[in-house]
Amino acid sequence: MALSNVLEIPTSGFNFENVARNVALEGLLEGGHTKTPKPMKTGTTIAGLVCKEGVVLGADTRATSGEVVADKMCAKIHYISPNIYCCGAGTAADTEKTTDLLSSNLTIFSMDSGRNPRVVMAVNILQDMLFRYRGQIGASLILGGVDCNGNHLYTVGPYGSIDNVPYLAMGSGDLAALGILEDRFKPNMEMEEAKELVRDAIHSGIMSDLGSGNNIDICVITKQGVDYIRPYQESEYKDKRQKRYKYGPGTTSILTEKIIPLELEVVQETVQRMDTA
Amino acid sequence: MGQHIGAYGVQDTLRSGFSSVKNELLPSHALELSEKNFQLNQDKMNFSTLRNIQGLHAPLKLQMEYRAARQIQRLPFLQSSHLALDTLKGNDESISFEDILNDPAQSEMVGEPHIMVEYKLGLM
Repeated sequence: MALSNVLEIPTSGFNFENVARNVALEGLLEGGHTKTPKPMKTGTTIAGLVCKEGVVLGADTRATSGEVVADKMCAKIHYISPNIYCCGAGTAADTEKTTDLLSSNLTIFSMDSGRNPRVVMAVNILQDMLFRYRGQIGASLILGGVDCNGNHLYTVGPYGSIDNVPYLAMGSGDLAALGILEDRFKPNMEMEEAKELVRDAIHSGIMSDLGSGNNIDICVITKQGVDYIRPYQESEYKDKRQKRYKYGPGTTSILTEKIIPLELEVVQETVQRMDTA
Repeated sequence: MGQHIGAYGVQDTLRSGFSSVKNELLPSHALELSEKNFQLNQDKMNFSTLRNIQGLHAPLKLQMEYRAARQIQRLPFLQSSHLALDTLKGNDESISFEDILNDPAQSEMVGEPHIMVEYKLGLM
């Protein structure tokens, strides 16, 4: 054990000791043909829009890891606070942990001040955190919420850029979804119409993008409360997989049976009484 | 594992082994340097803003309080809670990666008590 470990307590936070090793490994394994495993991304379609009574957020539920669907029922709409929800695209773990940290910080704030946090506060905390890590945290987020100042919808990019817009789509299927939103969005829409529009936007993302698929989740945030509908619409392409792969008795036929009895001889017998009184 | 600058300003071979140029040139992560100095830079920025707004007395008083709070810790090889320091800095109301990853209270290695105390007191 090197003495410098003994004399200094390791600092908390990120540890960069393995960076050199990883770079060396990438070159060494099978002469550079093997690549490091890819993190699970949520090649995604997420969308949101501001309507008259609140904010409607929508997302698909597919998480991919390279070319394989890793999760068919992934929850991409994360809880931040009772009046703010966040859709996340990018690396699945990064969006999950970042929104968790944000939610914890806002909970501490709510407990301190006794109020629900404002959406701008959530956006600023996210922006500071993501810019500090210079985009290494791959999280593109759509934050939507209702607070004392009205209904807000913000987008936060992985490098910390923010934008306040009335309707929004992010992820690999964002172009398809944005087309639908651009066509039919009107300011101050009714709730049912807004939900249908978001559903259609996500649906077009699912149809046109390989990284999005499966079910559609919708989250409606209003002054009265939150309605998290999961799933809002199930995909019609479901496969019938049996979850149990146990073989029933009699699956394999018995051809022959041979029994050899083991001859045991009692050599010594000792009895030890247990006091069970 | 940084270089220990020992006495006379040269590499402390006794504590950190022989120096090697190759080890220092190895690729490092894009964030390694910025994270190492992040807290220092934040503090510098905040103190200089405070000095510009309120005058020299404000950062002086704050730094005096920080220095006082930093002195009331446990012995070097034990984990201190840093409660006073955290409250002064405002870290008691926020959670970041420093609180989750590599928590020193959970580290699997423990230092040699005698050596650490001697090092801190400058006897070694």
